[in-house]
Amino acid sequence: MEELALHILDVAENSVRAGARRVEIRVSEEPGEDRLIIEIVDDGCGMPEEVARRAADPFYTTRSDRPVGLGLALLEQAARAADGSLRIESAPGAGTRVAAEFRHSHPDRQPLGDILSTLMTLAAGHPEVEFYYEHRNRGSLRRFSTAELKRELGGIPLNSAPGIRLLRQKLDDALRTADAVPGEEVRHGTCHR
Amino acid sequence: MPKLKIEDLARMREEARRATMLREGAGRVKIIVHLGTCGIAAGGRNIMAAVLREIEERNLHDVLVTTSGCAGLCSREPMMTVEVLGQAPVKYVDLTEGKVKEIFAEHVMGGKIAERYALAVGSERAM
Repeated sequence: MEELALHILDVAENSVRAGARRVEIRVSEEPGEDRLIIEIVDDGCGMPEEVARRAADPFYTTRSDRPVGLGLALLEQAARAADGSLRIESAPGAGTRVAAEFRHSHPDRQPLGDILSTLMTLAAGHPEVEFYYEHRNRGSLRRFSTAELKRELGGIPLNSAPGIRLLRQKLDDALRTADAVPGEEVRHGTCHR
Repeated sequence: MPKLKIEDLARMREEARRATMLREGAGRVKIIVHLGTCGIAAGGRNIMAAVLREIEERNLHDVLVTTSGCAGLCSREPMMTVEVLGQAPVKYVDLTEGKVKEIFAEHVMGGKIAERYALAVGSERAM
């Protein structure tokens, strides 16, 4: 995977498969500290400590149909290649938090990439899940929430033609315009699966 | 009030049928883009983008799109499954955005499986 937005898509898809009803994606660029942090927080089923500890091991998976699980291993590799690290915090019934840290100026730090396509894919592919995205950079804040969009759409599904059209338009606006609205906190909930 | 024509009634019936289908969450066609780590690494997000563009450009209301994890055929990614209501699902493999366009025209809109891009069609012969 060549861009961070693809890793974000991969981790958030895991969240959805863990039964999450709300997924928060937070990108924080701190060039002053020479840091870039990506956090994905969900309210899905979570994992026992032993599973969370081994989740980034490519030869560890909870799946029974194949012996490898590469998603978090690839993200950890990308973080380490840029002088960074990966942290996974989780508990059964309390959701999961994946945080990847990178040295912002590292020549091997992958670019953020096409975050619009990642969010389009998540929002239209899982209209039943609430996605919240925020990108902080030197005090500016870009944010997007599918909950707000769904309110605007009324009963029209997010994955129908008019829903997709409005989603693209709103995302495009949100990613271009920075404001200073404070973010929301994720609510850890019970397992919905 | 102008007199209703037969065509108007047909149009209204079609609109009502679509609205009911949407309310019940049952589209005429269901498309599943495979987005496991393998699918994403192989370009599955571009396939999803192409699917969304087709739905948008064709102004479709009866096609539901969702994603799934690894189907165990990582070397044939990007993949998607097209399921027309009442018919067997078809898995398309080694996809490109161009192939998605063709599959939409032929299978999603025309109802005819684009066999050249499908994983397999028919069953094996018994010896």
